Amino acid sequence: MTVDILSIERLWLSAMAAKPELMPGTLDMLILKTLTRAPLHGYGIAQSIKRVSDSVLTVEEGSLYPALQRLLLQGWVKAEWKKTETNRRARYYTLTAAGRKQLGIEVSDFQKMIAAIGRVLEDAQEAA
Amino acid sequence: MNALVRWLRKTALLFRRRDFDQDLQEEMAFHREQTAKEFEAAGTTPEAARYAAMRQFGNATLLQERSREVVQFRVETVVQDLRFALRQLRRSPGLALTAILVLALGIGASTAIFAFVDAVLIRPLPYAGPNRLVDVDESEAVFPRSNLSRADYEDWKRLNTTLKSLEVYGGTGFLLRAGSLSEPVPAARVSDGFFRTLGVTPILGRDFRPGEDKPGQPKIAMLSYGTWMTRFGGRREVIGETISLSGEAYTIVAVLPRGFSFAPRASAELWVPLLDKNGCETRRSCHNLDGVGRLRDGVTVRTASADLKAIAAQLALAYPGSNQGQSASVVPLTELFVGKLRPTLLMLLAGAGLLLLIAGVNVASLLLVRAESRRRETAVRSALGATPARLVRLFTTEGLLLAGLGCAAGMLSAVFMISLLTRIVPKPMAQGMPILDALGLNLHTVLFAAAAALLAAVLLSATPALRLAFRDVHPGLSDGGRGTASRFWRRLGANLVVVELTVAVVLLAGAGLLAKSFYLLLHVETGFDTTHLATVYVMAPDNVYSKPEQKIALYHQILEKVSAMPGVQSAAVTSDLPLNCNCDTDWIRIPGKPFHGEHNEVLQRDVSPQYMAVLKAKLLRGRMFTEADDANHPQVTILNESMEKKYFPGEDALGKMIGDGDLSPKSMRQVIGIIEDVREGAPEDQPWPAEYFSIYHSLDPYFAVAVRTGQDENAMLPGLVKTLRGINPNLGVYGESSMIAQLSSSQSALLHRFSTWLVGGFAGLALVLGVVGLYGVVAYSVSQRTREIGVRMALGAQRSSIHGLILKEAGWLTAAGIIAGLACSVAAAHLMRTLLYGVHAWDFTTLAAVATVLGAAALLASLIPARRASSINPVEALSAE
Repeated sequence: MTVDILSIERLWLSAMAAKPELMPGTLDMLILKTLTRAPLHGYGIAQSIKRVSDSVLTVEEGSLYPALQRLLLQGWVKAEWKKTETNRRARYYTLTAAGRKQLGIEVSDFQKMIAAIGRVLEDAQEAA
Repeated sequence: MNALVRWLRKTALLFRRRDFDQDLQEEMAFHREQTAKEFEAAGTTPEAARYAAMRQFGNATLLQERSREVVQFRVETVVQDLRFALRQLRRSPGLALTAILVLALGIGASTAIFAFVDAVLIRPLPYAGPNRLVDVDESEAVFPRSNLSRADYEDWKRLNTTLKSLEVYGGTGFLLRAGSLSEPVPAARVSDGFFRTLGVTPILGRDFRPGEDKPGQPKIAMLSYGTWMTRFGGRREVIGETISLSGEAYTIVAVLPRGFSFAPRASAELWVPLLDKNGCETRRSCHNLDGVGRLRDGVTVRTASADLKAIAAQLALAYPGSNQGQSASVVPLTELFVGKLRPTLLMLLAGAGLLLLIAGVNVASLLLVRAESRRRETAVRSALGATPARLVRLFTTEGLLLAGLGCAAGMLSAVFMISLLTRIVPKPMAQGMPILDALGLNLHTVLFAAAAALLAAVLLSATPALRLAFRDVHPGLSDGGRGTASRFWRRLGANLVVVELTVAVVLLAGAGLLAKSFYLLLHVETGFDTTHLATVYVMAPDNVYSKPEQKIALYHQILEKVSAMPGVQSAAVTSDLPLNCNCDTDWIRIPGKPFHGEHNEVLQRDVSPQYMAVLKAKLLRGRMFTEADDANHPQVTILNESMEKKYFPGEDALGKMIGDGDLSPKSMRQVIGIIEDVREGAPEDQPWPAEYFSIYHSLDPYFAVAVRTGQDENAMLPGLVKTLRGINPNLGVYGESSMIAQLSSSQSALLHRFSTWLVGGFAGLALVLGVVGLYGVVAYSVSQRTREIGVRMALGAQRSSIHGLILKEAGWLTAAGIIAGLACSVAAAHLMRTLLYGVHAWDFTTLAAVATVLGAAALLASLIPARRASSINPVEALSAE
């Protein structure tokens, strides 16, 4: 196997680019929201976000799993191994009470911010 | 609260790391499978779907790493790096060992020297409130610090307003009866508050009480701890016992603490109060004591100095005969104790620092070479997702690890070197140090070693990291290293080696200058024959030899008995031996010359008639003393050349008269001879004007015997002592030695020898390190240029021209190192000029010798790689890669 075609700078760039497609912090909120309906495995979460957002939002694995570890550490989600419908072992994530509370906070913060951004944009349009 | 929970969860995970990893791996494998299924559903072949999923997923290890980072503690990556660094070191144990050894050497040497610097210059004197203690003495034109007369001391003590206390001390000696023999014992006389001023309390018995130093008070004594142990068996009942000192009964009142030492009277075994005024102390003009004072609160040394100078000026007006021109000198006590050692110690510390620098640079260039050979590895690592920061950290960890191991090894070697140095440390330096045995690793030295190690770590991790930062990683993967990359390293490595060579030149030049200065000091023009000259001091107790005839009879008896010893050619007695000190002076006045009460200070020596002949001093004009020049005849004198030049410029002093300040008839003497200067003071001091008298006029009870021998003078010493003791067991006989030994054990000779050896050692190591560094750079360059050389040869280059090519490269580096080194050497030598005797900083022969030595060593070191380069087989070189 030859690796010399890969320029290292490109690798770094792609690694960096993979991270913030979403606004920082929103990924955690989207995951929590997705889990309000039912417990899901990682793949399921990614698929659900993609489907619900009409493929606008794709969650890269590189950010999904670290984010899940973060949520686990915070105690906002719980994980347990279960069987899927196809009888495969998969790790299912469940929202905890603390997670639900956190989601409420994050959603309201996010909406406040969106509203604020909206006001700024409208103001800018009027000025133009 | 939240943070605590997070921390607890992290900790819990720490013990289930394997489970965590497995879970994560399985979870992600599941994800990948599902993604592949997705692609398959869209119509791709299973094989293609798997690759597509893998591509979308990216570097699985890196992804897993990132998840792990979330739950990891920061230190865990450090542990990882450390483990990696250890593995690296184990893989090349030779390099690791070399690096650690070189570092240990540098850190050890500089820490050991620092331990001395710390003990002498940094740690406070072992007295209470040491920074408030001052050395108080008189001062005059020729002696910036001269002894204090007892009368002046009493006035100073009474009149000063700036000192809480002012005490004096002076040297003395006693004959202590030990069995059938009288043993001379060095002692000190002090004023009553001496120990209170220093803040030293006896461990046994009581301090001297106020007033106990007055004339007529009972005779009492304190014992030093060492004397108490060795001479009195450490018995507690010794307090209150009476001992006989020079035939007089003294009561022991106290034993001093073990750690007590007082550098100016370091050898004193007994401490007694001043008591009765001796002959000298009845005269205000006779200076035999030294003062030590404690500043009042809020008073500076400068204020105290001004105060005492004003008092001295007052006394000069009141007693012009004795005090005209006499001022005061007040300096911190530390200055008196260690002031003279400071330049030597700082120079040694600088030398050790340079050695540390060269060691650090040497190891850094070793690491550079290795980093270069690991270019491929680095490139692969970064291609696999190691960030530049992480790579730099890897190198930093390696540097830190090496520096840490080097530091640990350095401390061990420091302990060893300190004990080695303690054994060879010269006496004048040892006296400046509180307790030599306590020297070793303490907080200060450990901190110093740690700082040195930190510096080394920075150097070691910065060099490979810098190289990394400046380089494009990409070409590293395609191997070959013929490109820009190795040129950068070659330049950095070359610059480093120039630094090494420069430092080596500086150390070599320093060692060379010191060695030359030491040689000149030992071979100073003394004005007499120092070989085959045995000397010994004699102390004749006053109670046995009280009458002048008895003393004259003693002199004669001694000279007769000693001259009769086999192997003795001639013998003489003198008040002072040559090469001893420019002390024991007299004030003179020459009739008919202008005189305004100034102090014409000249050395005064009382000698027996044979003295000049025994020394083999050269008579220029006139005659030597004879047995007839005794108390029944008018006093006559012999001058040295310096004296004639100074006081009889352009005249013949022969036959002229000399008297004391008042030209009192009793003091008048005629000059009967002029001799070539005999060096009376320390070898580094300039010759002084000196006057020699017949000892039959002064009848000193303390004197020295000088013996000219026909055989090895050292072998004569035991017999000489036995002969003298045989004359009268009450005689104190001590300090037997050869003149050569005295010359080579003078304070400056001892310090010179010590620093010459040390700096010489540093220089030797620096030379080896520098030359090995040069060899490394040139050899590496040859190995990197193998292909280039092959091409040159294939195109018709002669072997000799390849040889020359490599030698030229080494030659440039060496030349740059030598030139920079010589320039730095002159500057460094200028800084240490006070330590040099008779040599200039720009001493041509020394610098030329250093350049030659280094040049030759460098040439030798570069010949090997040059040979290898010229014996490269072009066919092999070109097909090698």
